[in-house]
Amino acid sequence: MVRTVAAGEITKNIKEMCIEANYCLSGDMRKALDGAAKSEQAPLGKKILSQLQENLEIAREEMIPICQDTGMAVIFAEIGQDVHVEGGGLEDAIQEGVRQGYTEGFLRKSVVGDPLIRENTKDNTPAVIHYQIVTGDKVRLTLAPKGFGSENMSRIFMLKPADGIEGVKDAVLTAVRDAGPNACPPMVVGVGIGGTFEKCALLAKQALARPVDEPSPIPYIQELEKEMLRKINGLGIGPGGLGGTTTAFAVNINTYATHIAGLPVAVNICCHVNRHVAREI
Amino acid sequence: MGLEGLTVQEIERMVWHKMDQYIRTPITAETTKNLHAGDYVYLTGTVYVARDAAHKRLMEVLGQEGAEALPFPIQDAAIYYMGPSPAREGRPIGSAGPTTASRMDKYAPRLLDLGLKAMIGKGKRSQEVIDAIVRNQAVYFAAVGGAGALLSKCIQKSTLVCYGDLGAEAVLELEVEDFPVVVVIDSQGNNLYEAAAKEYAVG
Repeated sequence: MVRTVAAGEITKNIKEMCIEANYCLSGDMRKALDGAAKSEQAPLGKKILSQLQENLEIAREEMIPICQDTGMAVIFAEIGQDVHVEGGGLEDAIQEGVRQGYTEGFLRKSVVGDPLIRENTKDNTPAVIHYQIVTGDKVRLTLAPKGFGSENMSRIFMLKPADGIEGVKDAVLTAVRDAGPNACPPMVVGVGIGGTFEKCALLAKQALARPVDEPSPIPYIQELEKEMLRKINGLGIGPGGLGGTTTAFAVNINTYATHIAGLPVAVNICCHVNRHVAREI
Repeated sequence: MGLEGLTVQEIERMVWHKMDQYIRTPITAETTKNLHAGDYVYLTGTVYVARDAAHKRLMEVLGQEGAEALPFPIQDAAIYYMGPSPAREGRPIGSAGPTTASRMDKYAPRLLDLGLKAMIGKGKRSQEVIDAIVRNQAVYFAAVGGAGALLSKCIQKSTLVCYGDLGAEAVLELEVEDFPVVVVIDSQGNNLYEAAAKEYAVG
């Protein structure tokens, strides 16, 4: 049975998700911040974390975006193969939702139409959309507006198989250490291991959209996530990079099969405003 | 080293070097010499907002017409690296937290040599910028990144100075009151980012 979904329905949802994501941080991230505010050892770090808590309250109550960098909209669209979109193109419907969300939601327009000519498109489009065709008759949309303070500090490493798990650990620590205060710590560290060059980067981005209180389902990767979080917090970078015991809230690692000759590792860093909203239509 | 001859403040700084200070703009060398890496500072007065695209234009103005043609007085000025979200009706500004300062490293030494005294942003600076800070007795402050809603509450007024066509990257003149920042690089070149991370690093 083919199920019909109106393009307008997709636009409306994307618009609402843009606004929701930028004014109200998800429960998993708020919980992580509250926990860190209690456990942080550095006095200045503690002060900054309490300011971040206050910032979230002001954002929600007074409708001021959590961060002025309301990001480039990244959308994961999982389209059930039994869905028929009616009344317009799917791509147009999503872009229109971003346009409406950013203009009507008082969000910053941070997108330039060409990377070298650099003229602002004035409506934050185009969004970056990753489509996946899945079974079923639903449309699942995940929207993750990505700020560039942390995006700029993200890295990809094409390791050799001989580098092994130690090589992966070094790569992640190198990326986080180099990012330091630039990435607005406490960070969330999204790691992709495996795949090809572009698949690996996508794995890291998808890892960031996974709730920070939801560990990897793979036991040894779950252990690696814990170990890396401990090591990263041992770097001392701290909240705002001003020293402390909270440098990251979580390390989320996603993996995929890879080639006999390779071990790609991507580290996509996100700031403490790790925004992600998901809806199913 | 003995404690003789040191002021109470200097002794306090050795024990607990992070002090709260309240300062006003314009920021002079007299002010910066009393600011030390790690001090928590509440800033009141006028600060100018400029980020990537605006800096590029400021450099073009300097190249073509010289310092007199800059759209705001650079002597003892404070520049805030920031691009706000749009203001809702009745409010001076939207969310207004700092952007990564290192993207302005290419431009900052020139402006510091022309009299710029304070920069507000977040993140590391290049050695060239640190040298220019020391040479000109300037200061680099960090504001809390990602706290744009909170910081916007310390901004009383925002006026467009120029480059309105750049949207979020326009040059603005802000009136701020008790705007909270931390001294990261002081006029002696001390760098809080390096010192603080070492203090809390394990192993």
